Amino acid sequence: MADLIPGTELPELKTTPDRFLTVRYAGASGDFNPIHIDEDFARQVGLPGRILHGLWTMAQVARAQTEAAGGPHALKALSVQFRGMGVPEAEVTVTGTVRDVTDGVALIETVATQNGIEIIRNAVAEVEIG
Amino acid sequence: MPVNTSAIGKSYPPTMYAVGREKIREYALAVGETNPLHLDVAAARAAGYTDVVAPPMFVVVYSAAALGPGLFDPEVGIKFALMVHGSQEFRWGPLVVAGDEITTSFTVKDISESGGKGFYVFESVSTNQAGDTVCVGTWTNIVRGV
Repeated sequence: MADLIPGTELPELKTTPDRFLTVRYAGASGDFNPIHIDEDFARQVGLPGRILHGLWTMAQVARAQTEAAGGPHALKALSVQFRGMGVPEAEVTVTGTVRDVTDGVALIETVATQNGIEIIRNAVAEVEIG
Repeated sequence: MPVNTSAIGKSYPPTMYAVGREKIREYALAVGETNPLHLDVAAARAAGYTDVVAPPMFVVVYSAAALGPGLFDPEVGIKFALMVHGSQEFRWGPLVVAGDEITTSFTVKDISESGGKGFYVFESVSTNQAGDTVCVGTWTNIVRGV
């Protein structure tokens, strides 16, 4: 468990969604939008190919917080902006920095990047510590 | 064309979701969780929970059914071909565990226009069988070229 004080960097979370991740996540989440699971459909609507579910990527941001804080109970709030598009078979990295600690709650600014692009930006987590 | 703001404040019928142990495991594995609280009943019980614990982002599963009627409401008028999920906020209360029954209500919080884009903001409020609010979600969808 990381010691979350102002200036602390969140332990980096790295994960590479495999070729069929979007299919498994579609089943697990119930979001079967074809832009995530059908290569032909995604191209027809002008995308480079199937894209990751934004809420899967947000779950990676959430996991980076709960792993740093020692469990799911610690995550009190998470807000994110979705930008760019995540794609399968490329590493996603979640980084973050503790900006403030007030009354036992750390405010963590965090982002998810892939191929050098922030696919989740301006994210802020409220994490209970101690 | 300006956005139609008449639906601001509109609520939709609450939905109920019964949280299952295997669904939590399926979701946890799909998002890469390795914490045994989400995967192993014995570990969850040893930690004081009655059953496996849902990862916080499992909110997307138990609240999903509540969202459709609002997102597809003709009075709200979202043009789906031009829509992107712009931002998302969740604020959590007590953890959800397998066996919980979660009721979710869904409301149109705001509809506005800025720079040729329409902003559609919804709020979900999810409550467990004990009446505790387990999660409040703020869902912002952006439509280009309203």
